[in-house]
Amino acid sequence: MKTLDFMGKRRIAAVFSLVLITVALGSLFIKQVNWGLDFTGGTLVEVHYSDVAQLSEIRGTLDEGGFAGAVVVSFGSDRDVMIRLPQGYSDKDGNRLLALLQSTYPGEVELRRIEFVGPQVGDELREQGGLAMLMALGLVMIYVAFRFQLKFALGAVTALVHDVVITLGFFSILGIEFDLTVLAALLAVIGYSLNDTIVVSDRIRENFRKIRKGDAAHTINVSLTETLGRTLVTSLTTLLVLTALLIFGGEMIHGFALALTVGVVVGTYSSIYVAANVLMLLNISKEDLMVPVKEASSEDGGVV
Amino acid sequence: MLNRYPLWKNLLLLMIVALGLFYAAPNLYAPDPALQISGQSSATLIDERTLKRATDALTEGGVEFFGAEVGERAASGLIRLRQRDDQLRAQRMLKRALGDGYVVALNLAETTPAWLSDYGAQPMKYGLDLSGGVHFKLEVDIDSAVERRMETFFVGSRKLLREEGLRGILKQDDTGAMHGVFKAEQLRDDAIAAIRKTYPELVVQRTAEEWGLKATLSEAARKEIGSYALTQNLTTLRNRVNELGVSEPLVQPQGNNRIVVELPGIQDTAEAKRILGKTANLEFRLVATSDASASSREQFKFRSASRAGASEWLEREIVITGERVSNAQSSFDQNGRPNVNISLDGEGGALMHRATRNNIKRRMGVLFIERKNRTRYEINEQGEEIIIKTPYDEKSVITAPTIQSALGAQFQITGLDSVQEASELALLLRAGALAAPMDFVEERTVGPSLGAENVAQGLMSVQVGLSLVVLFMVLYYRVFGIAAIVALSANLVLLIACMSILGATLTLPGIAGIVLTVGMAVDANVLIFSRIREELVNGLSPQMAIHSGFERAVVTILDANITTLLVAVILYAVGTGPVKGFAVTLSIGIVTSMLTAIMGTRALVNLVYGGRTLNSIQIGGSRK
Repeated sequence: MKTLDFMGKRRIAAVFSLVLITVALGSLFIKQVNWGLDFTGGTLVEVHYSDVAQLSEIRGTLDEGGFAGAVVVSFGSDRDVMIRLPQGYSDKDGNRLLALLQSTYPGEVELRRIEFVGPQVGDELREQGGLAMLMALGLVMIYVAFRFQLKFALGAVTALVHDVVITLGFFSILGIEFDLTVLAALLAVIGYSLNDTIVVSDRIRENFRKIRKGDAAHTINVSLTETLGRTLVTSLTTLLVLTALLIFGGEMIHGFALALTVGVVVGTYSSIYVAANVLMLLNISKEDLMVPVKEASSEDGGVV
Repeated sequence: MLNRYPLWKNLLLLMIVALGLFYAAPNLYAPDPALQISGQSSATLIDERTLKRATDALTEGGVEFFGAEVGERAASGLIRLRQRDDQLRAQRMLKRALGDGYVVALNLAETTPAWLSDYGAQPMKYGLDLSGGVHFKLEVDIDSAVERRMETFFVGSRKLLREEGLRGILKQDDTGAMHGVFKAEQLRDDAIAAIRKTYPELVVQRTAEEWGLKATLSEAARKEIGSYALTQNLTTLRNRVNELGVSEPLVQPQGNNRIVVELPGIQDTAEAKRILGKTANLEFRLVATSDASASSREQFKFRSASRAGASEWLEREIVITGERVSNAQSSFDQNGRPNVNISLDGEGGALMHRATRNNIKRRMGVLFIERKNRTRYEINEQGEEIIIKTPYDEKSVITAPTIQSALGAQFQITGLDSVQEASELALLLRAGALAAPMDFVEERTVGPSLGAENVAQGLMSVQVGLSLVVLFMVLYYRVFGIAAIVALSANLVLLIACMSILGATLTLPGIAGIVLTVGMAVDANVLIFSRIREELVNGLSPQMAIHSGFERAVVTILDANITTLLVAVILYAVGTGPVKGFAVTLSIGIVTSMLTAIMGTRALVNLVYGGRTLNSIQIGGSRK
């Protein structure tokens, strides 16, 4: 197969990545993330009406019932309604709200779910989530530095941060709710993108040791070309199942599937361009990857 | 010979897959909707007669059922229903037919055939998001337990100083710490020594103030109080959950100060919370004297079976309630006889002292109070049957020892017959109260229809996702694709088998994890296949290409999967609830996929191509 000149376009790719990251960070800074109930605390009630639900009537009922600040939206279908109460309501108010809806509506109001998250739990979850993310990145960096080489570790972690920031930015820009399952998806994105990056790095390392002519860019191009087929096929199969989850998985899993889909697409791109780009930036060379020469041979006066 | 597996290796793989099939099989048997009957107290036996009453009621009400059976040691009974829709209706009928002495809970009965369950094969349990039910997270207020304990120390220390003749002023601040001021240095030092000796849990220090001291709780004691409060509240919650009659409740600690309670199948969260959150069900009252007026005394039965029928007259006036009990432990007195050590909080100690100092040689009765419901059925104006529940308290005497001296915040009940009696008594005293107050910090209720919908949607996604991958792999890789698909199916079977064996709970994110594993598990095969293709392009013979393709890809696969596994482990360690479920599935999936993708696919490819002379093979695109 003809070697594709990936690294020839590396400046364009770098600019592209930087723009994406800037936009993502900008949105995270200005719009922030639409934190879900898990992180903000509060109360959520989801109900199913036996007939098409009139949101304005429900809002009126809730206002009269003393539920100030209740957000009423339809959820999935026009009979499913989700009501969110801000923090400050107690753990008993979810049931009270349900009882109110059931008593004022002539038809059936069926309980789908009630969630109550206290403020202390929300803060803790956010801390834990951030901690998990940092720990994952740290451990990965150590493992890759140990198993490959420090420059590869920097490349891999840069790619991961790139993916996470852009996926987060995507959620921020579109204002999609960020709950616990989305956090899990984000961590899965780290796992997935890492998998991709390691496969590419593995090939780059192999080729640096094998290919004698040409510069680093050439070696990286060869490696990327060789692994391109695999990268695309794997991303495709993963996207196939994610599409199934997106379409058939239902509302509760939607955020999860969406985060992963975005993450896989970005992760595929980053394993080709970001990790390798960092390697080029750090002036990766054959010498970085030579198998360390045993001390004994130099003592014997041997020259390598 | 190249690309041939020895027979033992093929057999081993076959055996692993067969075992996997065996342990995954119970998941194919859909559970029956069922009703579980148990007695409100453990003494109530569920025998054939009880079941007969229950089944008669169902026959009369026109509910189709089958397989009514008595459980182990006749502690419970199970009736399976034909229709899931009948469950709630049938539950009402049984409650009515059996009366208040019984608890009727909704249940999903396993239908695993004996030839599977005899060897420990069990289906996966459904998480609350799939089965419907309530999830509570409660936070134990450890600070308040600490404060209560400090109060006890404070009252005790004051008494101690008075008795020792160490005059001074002792005060307690908001944090519970004690501050003392004395007239002379010697007095202060003696006081420090005395408090240290009596209360080793306290850290007593001099202060810069003229002859001052400060006493705080030591870090070790604080930790101990925390862990005691957590275990104690856990035990109490377990007892209370049993009152709810849920078929498979879960009560477990989380971290240092949280307790998670999961009640599958429960809809009425208000009732559940009332029972979980109730307090004070112990009362200490003096035994009435024979000349007490009828209006000032009450008669109560003894609780223990060994004193059945016996009763005791107690005064109406309550000395203290269970809220004041901060600890009760069984131990031995100096003569080696079993006794129970009771600690009260400061106020409890004072009340107890006041009540007992003039009543030495009289007896003190301890009442245990259980809240129960009396159910009535009435027809309202609309002609609908309504259920009226009237709660009432059932009170019984657990012990009535003689008061030997004026009691304070700490005292013993002695003269017990056996160690067993002592530990039972301690348990009852502790069960009466929570060691520290608790708050609900999280609550999630999933209705049954949403649970069923989640199951259906999860299954659908797995099926569609898997089919799409199968289609793609076969079209793209042909024979190799089929090998990969067989390996992928084996992986799915092994994953489900492992989760079933480990007793993992299947949740919605868990299903997502399975779906994701399907997508990512083919990656190992894709890696191998692209490697083989490259080797073919490099001019190797087909057999050599297959051989070295597998060998060289394995290193990459290991590296990639170990790093992903690292992430999954972190997810498990840090995450809670849904995140944990996802992490478990992902980790198991990574491990099983390495086995099936590397060894399984290899075995299949070897079977097809191994030991033959090949001119060309087709692998992803054109024939090479």
